Amino acid sequence: MSVNKGLKKALIIGSGPIIIGQAAEFDYAGTQACKAIREEGIETILVNSNPATIMTDQGIADKVYMEPLTEEALEAILERERPDGILAGFGGQTGLNLAMALEESGALARLGVRLLGVNKDSIRRAEDREAFKELMLEIDEPVPESAIAINIEQCKEFVDKVGYPVIIRPAYTLGGTGGGIAEDEAELELLARRGMENSAIGQILLERSVAGWKEIEYEVIRDAKDNCIIVCGMENFDPVGVHTGDSIVVAPIQTLRDEEYQKLRDASLKIIRSLKIEGGCNIQFAMDPKSSDYVVIEVNPRVSRSSALASKAAGYPIAKIAAKIALGYSLDELKNYVTQRTSACFEPTLDYIVVKFPKWPFDKFNTASRRLGTQMKATGEVMSISRTFEDALLKAVTSLEVKQTGLRVEAFKSLDKDAIMRKIDACDDERIFALTEALRRGVTVEELHDHTLVDNWFLHKLENIVKMERKLESHKKEITPDMVREAEEMGFVDDEILELTGLSSTELHFIRRYNGIYPVYKMVDTCGGEFEAVTPYYYSCFDREDESRVSDKEKILVIGSGPIRIGQGIEFDYCCVQGVWAIKDFGYEAIIVNNNPETVSTDFDTSDKLYFEALHIDDVLNVIDKERPLGVVLQLGGQTSLNIAEGLSKRGIRILGTPFKSIDLAEDREKLRNLMGEMGIPTPAGFSVTDEKEAFEVVEKLGYPLVVRPSYVIGGRAMQVVYSDAELRKYLKEAVNLSLEHPVLIDQYVLGKEMDVDAVADGDDILIPGLMEHIERTGVHSGDSISVYPLHSISNEVADLLIEYTRRIIRRLGVVGLINVQYAWDDKKLYVIEVNPRASRTVPILSKVTGVPMVKLAVSAMLGKKLSESEYGVGLYRKMKLHAVKAPVFSGAKLTDVDVALGPEMKSTGEVLGIDRDYGKAVYKGFLASGVRIPESGGFFVGLRGPDRTPDTAEILREYVDEGFKLYVSPGTAPFMRESKVEADTMTFDEVLASVGERINGIINVPEVANLPGSNSFDIRRKAIERDLPVLTCMDTAKVFLEAIRHKKAGTKLEYRTLEEYLGGK
Amino acid sequence: MGEEHTTTTNTRGLLYLEDGTVFHGRGFGARGTRVGELVFNTSMTGYQKILTDPSYKGQIINMTYPLIGNYGVNDDDYESLSRGIHAFGFVAKGISACPSNNKSRMTIHQWLTEQGVPGVCGVDTRMITKKIRDEGTVKCLISNEGVSEAEAREICEGATLRQDWMKETAVKEPLRRPGKGRRLAVMDFGIKAGILTSLSAKGCDLHLFPYGASAEEIMAVRPEGIFLSNGPGDPEEAVEGIETARRLIGRVPIFGICMGHQVLALALGGKTYKMKYGHRGGNHGVHDADTDRSAITSQNHGYAVDAGSAEANGLIITHRNLNDGTVEGMKHKTLPLFSVQFHPEASPGPNDSAYLFDRFLDMIARFGGAD
Repeated sequence: MSVNKGLKKALIIGSGPIIIGQAAEFDYAGTQACKAIREEGIETILVNSNPATIMTDQGIADKVYMEPLTEEALEAILERERPDGILAGFGGQTGLNLAMALEESGALARLGVRLLGVNKDSIRRAEDREAFKELMLEIDEPVPESAIAINIEQCKEFVDKVGYPVIIRPAYTLGGTGGGIAEDEAELELLARRGMENSAIGQILLERSVAGWKEIEYEVIRDAKDNCIIVCGMENFDPVGVHTGDSIVVAPIQTLRDEEYQKLRDASLKIIRSLKIEGGCNIQFAMDPKSSDYVVIEVNPRVSRSSALASKAAGYPIAKIAAKIALGYSLDELKNYVTQRTSACFEPTLDYIVVKFPKWPFDKFNTASRRLGTQMKATGEVMSISRTFEDALLKAVTSLEVKQTGLRVEAFKSLDKDAIMRKIDACDDERIFALTEALRRGVTVEELHDHTLVDNWFLHKLENIVKMERKLESHKKEITPDMVREAEEMGFVDDEILELTGLSSTELHFIRRYNGIYPVYKMVDTCGGEFEAVTPYYYSCFDREDESRVSDKEKILVIGSGPIRIGQGIEFDYCCVQGVWAIKDFGYEAIIVNNNPETVSTDFDTSDKLYFEALHIDDVLNVIDKERPLGVVLQLGGQTSLNIAEGLSKRGIRILGTPFKSIDLAEDREKLRNLMGEMGIPTPAGFSVTDEKEAFEVVEKLGYPLVVRPSYVIGGRAMQVVYSDAELRKYLKEAVNLSLEHPVLIDQYVLGKEMDVDAVADGDDILIPGLMEHIERTGVHSGDSISVYPLHSISNEVADLLIEYTRRIIRRLGVVGLINVQYAWDDKKLYVIEVNPRASRTVPILSKVTGVPMVKLAVSAMLGKKLSESEYGVGLYRKMKLHAVKAPVFSGAKLTDVDVALGPEMKSTGEVLGIDRDYGKAVYKGFLASGVRIPESGGFFVGLRGPDRTPDTAEILREYVDEGFKLYVSPGTAPFMRESKVEADTMTFDEVLASVGERINGIINVPEVANLPGSNSFDIRRKAIERDLPVLTCMDTAKVFLEAIRHKKAGTKLEYRTLEEYLGGK
Repeated sequence: MGEEHTTTTNTRGLLYLEDGTVFHGRGFGARGTRVGELVFNTSMTGYQKILTDPSYKGQIINMTYPLIGNYGVNDDDYESLSRGIHAFGFVAKGISACPSNNKSRMTIHQWLTEQGVPGVCGVDTRMITKKIRDEGTVKCLISNEGVSEAEAREICEGATLRQDWMKETAVKEPLRRPGKGRRLAVMDFGIKAGILTSLSAKGCDLHLFPYGASAEEIMAVRPEGIFLSNGPGDPEEAVEGIETARRLIGRVPIFGICMGHQVLALALGGKTYKMKYGHRGGNHGVHDADTDRSAITSQNHGYAVDAGSAEANGLIITHRNLNDGTVEGMKHKTLPLFSVQFHPEASPGPNDSAYLFDRFLDMIARFGGAD
């Protein structure tokens, strides 16, 4: 059949901002799809509002529209571009929903645009619960008893029939938002109501719970000729009941007999055929471990997080093949891209085991319930590969970058057995660690199985690890080389062996060296070694043959950024991929080490060589020992890669770009403050205190407000602005464990404008592609603030100072490569708040809105080139004729007990960019793209903390009144409104709560303390979030939101342009 | 690994390859020393069916998947009519001492011990696979009873590998599996239970004939169709089988699988050849020219039919392997016969090609066997 000849131009819908349940995997899938289509000579148009992605980079698609993913924008772009077809299966649920909307509105038919790869009917049948159930009954595939409900009465009727527990799922949602398992009537009512509210069509599915059954997933591909293959089968460590996105998952399937495996495989083929999907789909099953009976749980008629995982696990590029199929190819016409000589119409066979481990944001969201259920909570994941489950699991745990390196959690040691068992029953993110702790206490595998229904096969493997711990502990220094080898084979890292045996690091190195106990690298080749493969995709294990052949080219190693988490997202993967490409361009072999299966950086054809490894210093050093690179690039992978700078530096490994000494100077707040002092650059005054007395001495010196934070965590965790003695005292007592070992840092709080400067430095000079200014004043984490390019309200003098300071800083520090400096301007002085000698969140944004290839220039500088020689020159690059507004996106609806109020701790999971020639329209686009609902009329609840009851605030609120909004205030805020003569009705908190979603359709609430579940204002904010209403927790945000409201009310017709058009200034 | 230590024999295991390569690992299963042809299988599930498949007679199987024995050994997964293991030895990276499945009766170690089959684990099975891939299937000694390398070499070099196993693996006496449907004669070369099950499921009345049965004996049961089974060894060694097939061709519809397919080609004047390392696994795509569709197949063969010679003798190649283009199926231009190299009965592996059994019954119906 091959490629459809009528296809000249195709449009791909991206997935937009990263939220829980829809993350980097769609950048990976979309990038593959764009490349797959483009190489066929088809003009490829991409629409995606997420600036941090590789797919929106120039060179991936022919044209990139970084515009809001709204129906209106899409229709306008389709009108403008008139593509022949649209690929909707690569942008997650967002892409699919948009395409469905355009199909239903008749826009696609009107514009003569075909849906490629998916059809309306198959989407409907897969996504609409009732239609899906009907189809399954038609083809005789078992599904759990279920019912559709649009009201509580229907729910109760169903439960009367099947009994509790029942699962509740809203139709058409992301990541299972608003779902859960109800054990009793109260839970049923709560979950059912929430589910109906969350469903785009007010519909929920009630289902008999098969919690406790084995959860099995298949990734299936079908072509138009009806050929079908299974790319990968996966088994969840956690039985049904925990969302697969929150489950530890292994590939291939471990505990099914061939007959069971084939039974589900046959069912998968039958299902994808009945849905007539042309491309990839994911099918989830539950299998009763006692009877081998199964039910079909869910089908995702598109590429997904699981398909990204399966692609990386099996070495089979699902998205790429799915894109080719959408164009008209059949599977048997396509080749296996990994072997390049065999057919793509085959089923990968693995000769290793893969473990996926979720990365949860509970370190940031300390109030969130850690219980795992049907609603996904993880922001990212890691994957590891080895020849044993134990090794793969331990590698995955290491890759998470949590405190421990093995399965031993320090805090569990003090718990008694009952507490451990309660922890296990709580089914939270630490369950696997609690399970091993229980094994250490002598609880049997059978007992643990009774508690968790986790398959004994997995539990026995955990027991093996515990036995090895014991062996190491009991032998202490008498440990034999064979035992060391066994422990290493099982995945014990050096630190763990040292701790358990009491050996010194020198002793262990001696044992390893004299017995040759080093890992070898094996290839991921899709075929278990049956055919020669050309992909340079490796993992470490302790086995005999090392397959990684080291070339004689000069090599540069790029350290990746690991799992996506709050504060370290896809933007660093963007930088790593850009870095790899630049290194290749400069004629070096580019090698990447990373462990995130969702990303472009771990695609097998991104780098010259990929090592899928933990980013622990031991693992990185092993790769370095093997490859002997010219140098290592650390500054692109965010904090993860910077963290190993010291270790590498100590061992004499060459770090390309900014040296460790400078990194240390920049990262150590005290050293930085002193350095800035020497240079005469202001920084907020600050002190480190170890007790309350010292703290109040600092208050004497600096006065309120103050920024307080513990010294031993980074990234804005547990940071707060305090305004009074009471608040300070509370913070010192409750938020941090103040002591000699854990001092608290108290800094002067500079209230003012905040600006981000991202620059490329060559040691002497800098290139600043553009300057960005935050809408919200200091106190809001830069990741959560709206920021705009170019500067909007900052004078040229200040801009010059920003450039000058930055230049002086890089010279003094000897920065080579990327640097991010955060400044605050309080109308008198410019302060340096933070210096990050690495890539930042804003690098992809600035690269895209200015056309300056920042990462490439940074790599060039690392290789010794001077910026002055580049075509982009030095200093501040010319201003583009556009305005770009970066808006944060929160996964507030996913984590139901997390506050959305902005503060110094970052909470957003992703971001969008609104671009326009006009500032106001760019703001409007930013809000549209972020998905915030913009009300045109109705009421706002206003609740203000003391410091925000200012004339400026009154002015902003008055504008809301002028726009026709009715304001409601709490009794606390009422006097301020009266005094300021802003019209408002006073309501009690209970009245407010009851009116949210009714009279009140927006919230302006600046709380005293954010993140205080149980407080009145927290409940109001939560309810508003769940009703998808705008919640503005900073007056600056409320002010800029007026721009969006005005445009919305005026019905402003927006124009949509490609990035190139904006840059060209046409 | 690690868990093997607690329950296996924990002896030293040794593989000696005829080119002198040695792999040291741990022993499991029965203590013993055997010499056989070393092959690899890429299936991730189905080890019990693989070990009992008679076509593996004389071979030492190296599994590419590193975790073997996860679901234990059960009462159902037997492919040999005797329920015995045909392979001479078993090699895996790791074996499970704690299997987990509702049907599991014992561990793979216990089973191999019971069956008298030696196993070696803890070796670099991927390296072994790549060696076979690069150099072809090799003669190999497997031992887990303390044989020295020098002894191993001597034993290995002194051993000759038989290629006529089909004469032993077939039923010794005629055997009937009654059914209410079509009466089929089965020329047995070591038939898999899965094939019998597939045919019985279609109601077929099955008459199995031992190796060397004459055409007259077979025709005496007035079969409506004849099935040529799979089996171990070099098809050219099946001289009597080829002769009988030659005499049967054209008289009633014939369907052959694996060795049966090769025997048909030879009987019609075609040629077979030994492949470098064969196909063993459950993941190869095979294209069916008649339907222009491709299916994932279960495979176990070390020999293949030469396309040119088959086409020169009235055969049409209907199925090709998508990876290497080798012949996977054929039919005759005029005579009622067809055959496939792969295994539509799966066991283990994908069931995608089960439709071929229906195709056979359709052919019988068309040939005039209408009731």
